[in-house]
Amino acid sequence: MDTQGQQNLWSYATRVGAVAGIALLYVGAVGMLAVFNARELVRDLIGLGQVLLVTPAFVAGLMIAQKAKSANKQGAWASVPASMWAGFLTALPSLLVLLLGQVIDYRSVFVSLNKDWTEVITLNQDNLFLGSSFLVLTLIIVAVLATLLSYLPMRLRQALTFGTMITLMIALFGETVTLILKENLSRDVMDMLFRRNTIKQLPFFILWVVAIGIGLIRAFYGERIRQNYLGLSPSTQKAGVRVWQSLIVAFLIALPWLIGRTLSDILVTVGIFILMGLGLNIAIGLAGLLDLGFVTNYAVGAYVLALLTTTSAMNVGGGAFNFWMVIPLAILLAMFTGFVFALPVLKMRGDYLAIATLGFGEIIGKLAISDWLKPYIGGAQGILFIPKPNFFGIELKNPEQLYYVVLGACILTVFVSIRLNNSRIGRQWMAIREDEDVAAAMGIDTARSKLLAFTLSAATGGLAGAIFAAKVGTVFPKSFVVLISINVLSLIIVGGMGSNLGIIIGALALIGLPELLREFSEFRWLLYGALLIFMMLRKPDGFVPSKIKQRETQNEGQVTQ
Amino acid sequence: MSDTILYAKGMTKSFGGLTALSNLDFQIPRGKISSIIGPNGAGKTTFFNCITGFYKITQGEIIFNGKPIHQKDPDQITRSGIARTFQNIRLFNNMTALENVMVGQESHLKTSWMGAILGTPATRKETKDSEDRAKELLQFVGLKGKGDMLAKNLSYGEQRRLEIARALASKPELILLDEPTAGMNPSETANATEFIEKLCTELKTTVVLIEHDMRVVMGISEYITVLDYGKKIAEGEPKDIQGNPVVIEAYLGKGAAANANIKLGDH
Repeated sequence: MDTQGQQNLWSYATRVGAVAGIALLYVGAVGMLAVFNARELVRDLIGLGQVLLVTPAFVAGLMIAQKAKSANKQGAWASVPASMWAGFLTALPSLLVLLLGQVIDYRSVFVSLNKDWTEVITLNQDNLFLGSSFLVLTLIIVAVLATLLSYLPMRLRQALTFGTMITLMIALFGETVTLILKENLSRDVMDMLFRRNTIKQLPFFILWVVAIGIGLIRAFYGERIRQNYLGLSPSTQKAGVRVWQSLIVAFLIALPWLIGRTLSDILVTVGIFILMGLGLNIAIGLAGLLDLGFVTNYAVGAYVLALLTTTSAMNVGGGAFNFWMVIPLAILLAMFTGFVFALPVLKMRGDYLAIATLGFGEIIGKLAISDWLKPYIGGAQGILFIPKPNFFGIELKNPEQLYYVVLGACILTVFVSIRLNNSRIGRQWMAIREDEDVAAAMGIDTARSKLLAFTLSAATGGLAGAIFAAKVGTVFPKSFVVLISINVLSLIIVGGMGSNLGIIIGALALIGLPELLREFSEFRWLLYGALLIFMMLRKPDGFVPSKIKQRETQNEGQVTQ
Repeated sequence: MSDTILYAKGMTKSFGGLTALSNLDFQIPRGKISSIIGPNGAGKTTFFNCITGFYKITQGEIIFNGKPIHQKDPDQITRSGIARTFQNIRLFNNMTALENVMVGQESHLKTSWMGAILGTPATRKETKDSEDRAKELLQFVGLKGKGDMLAKNLSYGEQRRLEIARALASKPELILLDEPTAGMNPSETANATEFIEKLCTELKTTVVLIEHDMRVVMGISEYITVLDYGKKIAEGEPKDIQGNPVVIEAYLGKGAAANANIKLGDH
């Protein structure tokens, strides 16, 4: 049995190592290694490229340890040889390609396997032999370390992981962190900690130790604190929740002034996508209608605002309208188009509905750019000179100020979708999603109910579009492509369908991160794809599964047993 | 109020070339338990689907309480006072028992989406009332205290009863039960039979059953309609049906019918 287990482990290590090796070669071949290498995580010490270089081997080591633990109860040392083997395999493909490069010139095809790549792969060694050996050795050591790490006592491991992750995150988001700190710290302090957006070595290590310390406290005392909290009387607990809530509200209000202009700008963009996510969620998450034409409503909202408020000759309102007057109009018109576009697809279900709505999204994009409508909405030239909203005499021209408009809209939408979901309407949608025929047999007018979902979802899309137009100040057809619908859908899937908190997290991850990390934004779609595949395989309900999704997966294990 | 709650004339349903129901005339007496029996594939469930609007009939008419309903949609028919259960239980599996019953009350709820968003007093009152009534119904079918369980986690017998509670939630005048005792053991069947009689006597609901268990059918029905190949081959009181040679032939074949002593329901 033991030898069997050993054999299994070795074949598993071979597979994992091979996959990790191909992954490493792949990130090299698409140029990620080289691009990431240009970015330092810790001043003169660790580069982002190096982190990426060792990640496949690290993951492989973790997976092998996990397998070894579940297969047989042997100690850590038994799985070390397998990890070494996997580490070696991880290095192998890149190594072979590197050596092959000495014989054949393949750079005309694989342009990214260039000098920069070689530099990362050989860990900056000029000597090819030395570099290759370094690579193999490093990856083997990393894989073994990962395996050994898995065998550490659980609490210690948690603390280490927590501390390291936090520290690496702060280093990774160096630019963001400096932007935030600059608002609140003096120049001298900043210079001690950072140099050109990169954290210095000493602060990094201090931070690391402190973070691990916090991790240790969390690991050893976290449970006791939780128990103590649960032991409190309900009224005290309620008060605690109140304190938390007011802290969150205060934080949300103060946020733009804490993080500064650049980040506020990103935050507004993220907020617009959160708004769209919440809106689309009414159709997809609550009523189960896979709508891929959501961009339609976004475009209608944006164009309505643009046409009625622009100070250019395109204005159709005669200058009589301002932002606040047009917002309700934009919402109403978006609702109207949502309603009209929903009529023909009411009888459709599932895939057919998705394809039909996808078509509608495309139609809107084509209409916006068409010559036919050019005299009215500007065609490819778009509409310029859209004024910023004016709030009792204050022009909301900065992102810090616009932030509050988005925040208000998001809170309103969350409120509306929670109210709807907990009402008769929400139950209707849930019933339709579960079994449309039976829902009809219960006396639910399914057509009406679906129309309502489409229309309310469209309203939020229109609101988001109008805010977007006011924020950017211009409206161009190229802003309203199918990709927007796909983006919003992706953030819902990643965050958790039907879950408001999930959508906020999804938008921060999918829209916010690429803006913050330039290195990543070049590979945005690649990472999107990888993330979506990962989510579908491992967390199909998203990061924050909604209650109804939790219900769906509840007891599924028992059924299959 | 006439004695017949629902009748049909010349009701025909064909799917392409296949005629599932042909030229059917029948009536359902008010306030009684009726049964529809027949061999597999006789068209019994199709019959239910036509009455409840799942299928639109090809020819003929269906009159419920003096009004034609054969052109209405399922939700309109439910609102006019007909409820049903399904042969293969079709609950909203990922909703709780209570939510299932609350959805069943849809035909009487009035809350609009605006009311739901604003949380008006009327909305809150309606939600509260509907919850209370759902709890009463759960108690009536013997599911007290199980309101918070997901429908899919209930036992088979409980699911059957929940389906009936959900159907009753629309306060129907006529309830159609499609094989309510299918898959039950004898003691469960006895309970279910008693329960169906209770529906008729206590709630004054007209009940129509599709049922294969002849002891149930003969025990509680006051009127029986027999279908075979989409045609009505017999109707009447249980004692008439039991000895009817045409019915026995449909169930057991020609040879058996010749063997005159067999009576349906005698086990």
